Amino acid sequence: MTTRTPWRHTALLAGLVLLTAACGGTTKSDVEQQASASATAASSAAADPNAPIKQGLKIAFLPKQVNNPYFTIANGGGIEAAKEFGGEGKEVGPSDASASSQVSYINTLTQQKQDAIVIAANDPNAVVPALKQAMAAGIKVVSYDSDTAPEGRHVFVNQASAEDLGRTQVQLLAEQVGHKGKIAILSATPNATNQNTWIEFMKDELKKPDYKDMELVKVAYGNDDDQKSFTETQGLLRSYPDLAGIISPTTVGIAAAARYLSDSPSKGKVKLTGLGTPNQLRKFVKDGTIEAFELWNPADLGYLASYAAAALASGQVTGAEGEKFKAGKLGEYTIGAKGEVLLGKPTVFNEDNIDDFDF
Amino acid sequence: MTATATTGETMRRNGGRRLVDRVARVRELGIVVALGVLFGVTGAVNPSFLSYASLRDILLNSAIVAMLAVGQTLVVVTRNVDLSVSSVVGLSAFGGALILADHPGVPVAVVIAGCVVLGALCGAVNGLLVGAAKVPALVATLGTLYAFRGIDYAWAGGRQVNAADMPEGFLSLGSRSVLGVPLLALVALAVLLAVGWTLGNLRAGRELYAIGSSPEAAVLAGIAVRRRIVAAFVANGALAGLAGVMWAARFGTVDATVATGKELDVIAAVVVGGVAIFGGSGSVYGAALGALLLTGITSALAVLRVDALAQTAINGALLIAAIVLDRVLALRVAAALRRRRYHETTDPGRPADGR
Repeated sequence: MTTRTPWRHTALLAGLVLLTAACGGTTKSDVEQQASASATAASSAAADPNAPIKQGLKIAFLPKQVNNPYFTIANGGGIEAAKEFGGEGKEVGPSDASASSQVSYINTLTQQKQDAIVIAANDPNAVVPALKQAMAAGIKVVSYDSDTAPEGRHVFVNQASAEDLGRTQVQLLAEQVGHKGKIAILSATPNATNQNTWIEFMKDELKKPDYKDMELVKVAYGNDDDQKSFTETQGLLRSYPDLAGIISPTTVGIAAAARYLSDSPSKGKVKLTGLGTPNQLRKFVKDGTIEAFELWNPADLGYLASYAAAALASGQVTGAEGEKFKAGKLGEYTIGAKGEVLLGKPTVFNEDNIDDFDF
Repeated sequence: MTATATTGETMRRNGGRRLVDRVARVRELGIVVALGVLFGVTGAVNPSFLSYASLRDILLNSAIVAMLAVGQTLVVVTRNVDLSVSSVVGLSAFGGALILADHPGVPVAVVIAGCVVLGALCGAVNGLLVGAAKVPALVATLGTLYAFRGIDYAWAGGRQVNAADMPEGFLSLGSRSVLGVPLLALVALAVLLAVGWTLGNLRAGRELYAIGSSPEAAVLAGIAVRRRIVAAFVANGALAGLAGVMWAARFGTVDATVATGKELDVIAAVVVGGVAIFGGSGSVYGAALGALLLTGITSALAVLRVDALAQTAINGALLIAAIVLDRVLALRVAAALRRRRYHETTDPGRPADGR
């Protein structure tokens, strides 16, 4: 016993020292210093817009989770782009959408000395330290779909601006309901950042005089779960019998709502729009449950992200505002503020054009 | 004259009391009361909750969970648990949908049968792990929860089967009604009655309870414990397979993540329905009512315009309230019955036997 007690003290002391050291390592000023350091590093490397795209670039796509149809399509577009410019694209990633599992993938990719990592972050901050290590090892980082904190990547390829998405969905529904009546939103989870940003812009759009006869009565949350989205749709129809339309800015929500409406007496009377994929909603557009909905083209998103990664790795761009690069069939893009590249306006799908798309 | 009248009255009173006794002894009483309160209160606030269309929706919503809860009960009464059901549902839903989408010539009935067999095979894996290899059920089925889901992921490879890919005849199974009752609810009801009868009347059913009450005693009594446990898991797997096809028909959009996390809903339904989690007691009727109560609560919260951010917490609170109500009622009834039995046996004026 007597020999043990001092041991405990030492251990405790050592633990405390370690703890304080660990806390010291992540102070805000440190992060800021690192951020400014990387910023100066980025600006000191000169961009050569005429540099050719290097051959044999290894580009890794790290989606939020594999087995997610949306990312399968997006990364398919990215791998296709890589083939076009003579590079080599591959998709790796966790089967659960968690930041911690992404971190271990980033570390592996860093050790494999990839030329570029294209990532959809499960958490904007948790993946940053690992990405900084990758960048320190000379790997170019492009985020797509879901951004990381700006210091964790060189360029963010934004699928569509939140503002465009929010406002155009309201415009789509307003046309369908004749600019009047009660409307509701069927969202994913209450704490989904992108959903909430879109919803804020929807509310803002609804304040315009054009929509003075439209009233947003409820924001329901289907948690991106089929059953819950079904139940919430039923709840909306029961508690607001005179509901004119529903906006569902989530692919799971809109599919569940469409499936429910297509069998209910409200089919065609309660309008439904939102974000969905053409394959998922083809049947419901054809049977009259949905008039029109919208989405960006995920294959184009992956395609553009792939070209952005190649442009970075070849030295055509450094991620600074105003730099331009060519993205194959999509044409030329300019990097905006905070290293953002915008894919473009969302595509509207309706009965006339839905058969032109297969994703 | 007076004597006969009194006797007649006593008999009537006894008959009445016997009926009350019998009702009070029904284990599922608490859950029925909770259901009554839920529908009564919600219906009073918003009468459309009790409309035919709404009730039909609730029946449809609960059909799949109810069927899974019935299967789970088979396993839970043997003092085991099957956490892998949601993965089996996912595997079966995706498999069925994929066959229907890629091979439209295959008859729907064959696909359904195939899914049930697939589910039964998954159940057999669980059963052999638990029954033959003696791995604790919690661990074994936690492992297969991931294993089956992993197979599903590998098989799907990110693919999604959409409503437009599946034949209309199949999708309509998920929404069609027979005599005003949704087909899926009728399937769930048929399964419920069949399993309920088996558990109550057949030797195979009674032995499951015996195993759950005391595994050692069951072995000493000569019950083929291993075989019965494997059979319970296989039956549960088959029901999960059937539930998977129902899922595909109902929701129309199927990918590898179907039903993720639903195992907890199923186990909650079973526990709410009064099935003892340590085995040996409880009925499938209770489990099915539990599923109905859980879906009823979710539907009611959606109809009552409850704030979305508070819904999950309220859902949990109502769940606890339902279980507490059930426990309190059960204890009170048990105490009352004990008291009466005591009075009856000590009162010399009455025959000891209540009959």
